[in-house]
Amino acid sequence: MNPLVLTLRERPDQRLDLASLVPHRLAGMTVAEIEKIELQTTRRRVVLADVFRLRMGEAAHIRIEASSNRLDRIGHEMAGGEIVVEGDVGAWAGRLMADGHLTIHGSAGPWAASGMKGGTMEILGDAGDRLGGPAAGETAGMRGGIVLVRGRVGERAGDRMRRGTIVVEGAAGPYAGSRMIAGTLVVVGRTGPLPGYLMRRGTIVLDEGSDCMSPTFIDCGVHDLVTARLTAGFIAPYSARAARLFSTPLRRFAGDMAALGKGEIFTRP
Amino acid sequence: MQEMTVKGVRIDDTFAEAFGMRATAVLITADSIRWARQAALTMTGFATSVIGCGCEAGVAGEVAAEQTPDRRPGVRVLLFAVSTAELQKQLQARVAQCVLTSPGSACYAGLDGEETLRLGNALRYFGDGWQISKRFGSKHYWRIPVMDGEFLCEATTGLTKQAVGGGNLLIIGRTTQTTLAAAEVASAAIAKVPDVIAPFPGGIVRSGSKVGSKYKGVPASTNHAYCPTLRGAVVTALDPGAACVLEIVIDGLTSNAVAAAMAAGVAAIIELGPERGAMRISAGNYGGKLGPHHYHLRNLLP
Repeated sequence: MNPLVLTLRERPDQRLDLASLVPHRLAGMTVAEIEKIELQTTRRRVVLADVFRLRMGEAAHIRIEASSNRLDRIGHEMAGGEIVVEGDVGAWAGRLMADGHLTIHGSAGPWAASGMKGGTMEILGDAGDRLGGPAAGETAGMRGGIVLVRGRVGERAGDRMRRGTIVVEGAAGPYAGSRMIAGTLVVVGRTGPLPGYLMRRGTIVLDEGSDCMSPTFIDCGVHDLVTARLTAGFIAPYSARAARLFSTPLRRFAGDMAALGKGEIFTRP
Repeated sequence: MQEMTVKGVRIDDTFAEAFGMRATAVLITADSIRWARQAALTMTGFATSVIGCGCEAGVAGEVAAEQTPDRRPGVRVLLFAVSTAELQKQLQARVAQCVLTSPGSACYAGLDGEETLRLGNALRYFGDGWQISKRFGSKHYWRIPVMDGEFLCEATTGLTKQAVGGGNLLIIGRTTQTTLAAAEVASAAIAKVPDVIAPFPGGIVRSGSKVGSKYKGVPASTNHAYCPTLRGAVVTALDPGAACVLEIVIDGLTSNAVAAAMAAGVAAIIELGPERGAMRISAGNYGGKLGPHHYHLRNLLP
């Protein structure tokens, strides 16, 4: 495997849109064609060669080196292959991703994994607000795949999530799993106030609990359920820390009773 | 009919005639192997023959806790029927009445197949709106709240159209005791073969049947040619010394599995020998025109 390597020359003076730099779009393109791809988000035209040093390789394996938080939409609609980013990324990383692997050896901005449909996304640093959340006007956020965040996440992680799994090894901001439609959100670290705010269905699992649980979540007692074993078995290859959380019986809160109320939050008893 | 003799046991030069069937499998787990076995036994009770039970079902083996999806001990059950619709009906009814009801149970697909049958997708309505759908990767499960917690059930299980039903061995002996001993070792050997079941009680059937009857509307009746008490009164298939015939019927997910099971049974009977076990092994067929699968005993000898 000989990856296609893009090395950022310096921090760009405008935000750049990297939506076109995904394996299925670069497949079959020549060096000259790739170097002419436009990335600007302002009126000042920027082509790839202006900001990146390109080392040609297989388009199915893309490496972005010396990345910056001004690089938006990395892995947009990714349909397969692999993108590895060394450094931070901007907003909308992995937006509408359908398959493949996106690994960020740094932190991601807001709306990472927004509307994600499949594949695996790993963020070794922190993620911003609305991880997996919908874009304005969309009725659902993430609807498949698995997202792993080794660090912390901002507000409303998993907002309007419909399917798939999010695992956060660090702490989560307020309203984690807000308006969830279904799916699974696991937070190993401490969670901010009001997790599961207005969730309809779905599962939130909190290891260290929340600063403030909503009174619209109702205690259903401590249970040792088969589903916990299955969840642990599914998560274990991605995060041993998160999988360990399921080794003891968990307390189940049903809610959000201010919405449909068929969701659940599991916490340590 | 030509005969062969191996270690004193006579083997008829005949064949078992078997039919194509639809089959599926489920894996039942529970907190202990005792309760996994109990659910499996209950589900496969009254499932000896498609003639009267709708399906043929049995336990295909136990699965170690490390190899089940929920890391609890499990039992794999196979179900065979003559049509996909009947198989779906039997699967749904049996899992609903016998597995869903069994303490601590969970039920998973026991077979991968391009075509599927509804498992949890049919049972979820028991949850009365409180059922929860969970997808992990390519797997889809239903969680149904029940009085001991939750019944967890995979949404679908696989269907195979390559299954074979009706592989058989006729075990003929001098006494009831020795013939049963031979049938028992054969049944035990067949139980170790993967992807097959012997659906009759303990794997053994003592009332082999022929097609039809002297009475109107009776589809099958006693196989009088193999009844030792009628030996002098009818055209018999038994020799003068024979006093007991027991049969083992074998259903398998593939034709090869049925052949392997029959070979294992024959080997076990021969190993036991004619003094302690059976004097003769034969097989049942309908002349070879009804069933597409023929298992010649001479090809199955150890």
